[in-house]
Amino acid sequence: MEKYILLKNKLPEWINMITPTYTIFAPVKEEDLVFFKPITKPSEMTLAYSNAIVPPKAQMFHQTETMFTFTQGKNIRVNPASLPDEKIVVFGIRPCDAKSLSIIDPVFTNDFEDPYYLTKRKNAILVGLSCNQPTVNCFCTSLNGSPASPEHLDILLTDIGDKYYVELNSEKGKQLVEKTKKLFTPATDADSKKKKDVEKKAVDAITRQMKINNVDAFVKKLDTIFDAPYWKTIAMKCLGCGACTYLCPTCHCFDIQDETTLDKGARIRVWDSCMRPEYTLHASGHNPRPERMNRVRNRVYHKYNYYPKNHQMIACVGCGRCIDNCPVNIDIIDVITKAGEVKP
Amino acid sequence: MKENPYQPWLATIDSICDEVGGQRAIKTFRLVFQDEKVREKFTFLPGQCVMVSLFGKGECFFAISSSPTQKGFIEVSVLKLGKVTSALHECEPGDVVGVRGPYGNHFDVSGWMGKNLVLIGGGIGQAPLRSLIKYVVDNRKQYGKLDIIYGARTSKDLCYTKDFAELKTCEDTNACLSIDVKEDGWSDFVGFVPDNLMRVNPSPKNAIAVTCGPPIMIKYVIQNLGKLGFSEDQIFTTLEMRMKCGIGKCGRCNIGNLYVCKDGPVFSYKQLQNIKGEQ
Repeated sequence: MEKYILLKNKLPEWINMITPTYTIFAPVKEEDLVFFKPITKPSEMTLAYSNAIVPPKAQMFHQTETMFTFTQGKNIRVNPASLPDEKIVVFGIRPCDAKSLSIIDPVFTNDFEDPYYLTKRKNAILVGLSCNQPTVNCFCTSLNGSPASPEHLDILLTDIGDKYYVELNSEKGKQLVEKTKKLFTPATDADSKKKKDVEKKAVDAITRQMKINNVDAFVKKLDTIFDAPYWKTIAMKCLGCGACTYLCPTCHCFDIQDETTLDKGARIRVWDSCMRPEYTLHASGHNPRPERMNRVRNRVYHKYNYYPKNHQMIACVGCGRCIDNCPVNIDIIDVITKAGEVKP
Repeated sequence: MKENPYQPWLATIDSICDEVGGQRAIKTFRLVFQDEKVREKFTFLPGQCVMVSLFGKGECFFAISSSPTQKGFIEVSVLKLGKVTSALHECEPGDVVGVRGPYGNHFDVSGWMGKNLVLIGGGIGQAPLRSLIKYVVDNRKQYGKLDIIYGARTSKDLCYTKDFAELKTCEDTNACLSIDVKEDGWSDFVGFVPDNLMRVNPSPKNAIAVTCGPPIMIKYVIQNLGKLGFSEDQIFTTLEMRMKCGIGKCGRCNIGNLYVCKDGPVFSYKQLQNIKGEQ
C-alpha cells in the first residue's frame, strides 16, 4: 500500500483541486448535528466530529429516489430515470461506515444488479478519516473493525498531529492522488509509527465490547434461542419508532410507491423500516410479524443470524448509532452480549 | 450494467376470465407483452412468479397460472383483496399493465420426471398448480400417475372450471373436486380438501405431493400426507409474503434467512421444518 503525507495546511488546497471534477460530500455541522452534504469550498466542512447522524450510505442509497416516470391513460409510456454519472468523493467517511457499504454491496449486486445503488457506488471515491476519538458507544473492534482501518476505503487519512498520514488502498485512490501529487510527500517510517500509535490510542479508547467470540458459534446459538422469552423482554420497552433502522449504516430495506398527478406518475423508492407493523402486513390482514417482539427479534436476527448465513458476515459495524439514538435506551451491545447467556 | 430489473415491460390485457364472483372475486388475466422480442425471450417454469404493475397504483407479486408450454402470453389469477388487486379487477381487455420477472424458484419439473404427482389445491392457491398441471398434461408421457385434488367453499368458488371439465375427460388423469358444504346437483365430494385427500388415498411410492392453498388447509393436508406415508422431502408447497422488489433486496418477505421472492416461493416441507422464522 502506498503511503504519503499531506500537511494539514495543504488539505484545503487538495479539496479545491478536486472540486471541479468531483461532487464532494463532507461532514457539515448543522446546529449540534453533523451531516454528509455537498460542499463547494473546504471551509464548509468540519473535521472535528465523531460521526454523522445519518450514515453516508445515503449517498449511494438515497432516502427517496425516483426509479422511473410514466404517463398514464390510454398511451402508457415508461420513461427510465437518468442515472447520475457525476463522480463523487465522500470525504471524511469513517472506517466503520465504509465497511457498511462493503457489507450491503452483495444485496444490491446479487442476481439482479440494482442500477441506482451500483451506479453511485461505482462513481464514488471513499476518502476516509480515522476515528481518533471514538465515542462512548463505539464498538467496531468487537466486530473485527478498527477506528483507523483503510480496509474498505480508497484512501484513508489519519490525523497524526500537524499532518495527515495518507494510505492509498485502491486504484481509484491512487488515481485521485496521482492528479494532485505535488501536495503529497512520501511517508517515513517515523510517520508510519506515529499512525500506529494513534490507532492504538484510539483502539484503547473504545471501552465497550460486544461479546461474540466466534461468529459461527454465535449464529448457531441464536438458532437455539429463537423462541426464548428473552426477545419479549427486550421488546417490551421498544416504541417501534424505527430510529435504529433509519440510522443504521447496514439497513437496506425499502418501499416502492407510485406517486401520481392526473396523467403523469413516478415510481419512487424510499427507505423503509422493519420496525413498522405495515412493513409485512398482507392484503388479507395476515401479518407474519404482528407483535413488536417479532419485529425487534427480526432486526437482531437479520444482522446477527440471517445475514451471516447468507453472506458470511455480521451486518453490524459497531458504529453505535442505534444505541446513541434509541429513545428508550435499547442497547444492542447488551442485547447481543446477554443473548449469548440465554439458555436454549 | 445489465438492464434495469425494476423497470417493467408493457403488456396488454388480452382477455379476462371471471373465475369467481362476489365478495372474494377472482379473475384470470391473459397478458401479452407488447414487445415481440420480450414475448420470445420471456421464459419461465411452473411455480415462478411475476411482478405486475398497475401504473399509478403499484405492483403485486403473482404466481404465473399459465404453463410455459403455452406460447405468446402469460396468465395470472388475481383475488380481489387490496389496493392493486381491486384496481386490476376494474381493468378491461386492451388495458395496459407492466410486467417484470420471472422471479423465484420453480417446481422441479425435470427432477420429478417419471414420478407420480399428487397436486392438492384450495381456492386461489390453485394458481401455481394450474401452471404445473398444464405443463404435466402437455408432457404427459414423462410423468407417472397424476392425481389432482382441488376444493373450494362452494361450487361458485371453484376456479378453472373449464380446465377441470377437460381434465375429467383425460383418461390418465384423476381430477377430484370438492366443496365444503352440500349443494343440489353436486356429484363430487362434499367436505374439506384434507378429507378428500384421504378418500383419494394416493400411494407415497415414487410420488411427489404439492399443496397450495390457505394456511389452515396446508396444515391439515401435510398432516394427512404424513398419515398416508409421505415423507418430509416428498411434500412441497408455495408460500406468499408481502413484497416490494421481488428480487431479494427490499427486505420484507423473509422467513428466517430465506426470501420468499428469491429463495421461494416453492419450498419442501423438510426445508420449512428447518427454518426458524415467522410465516
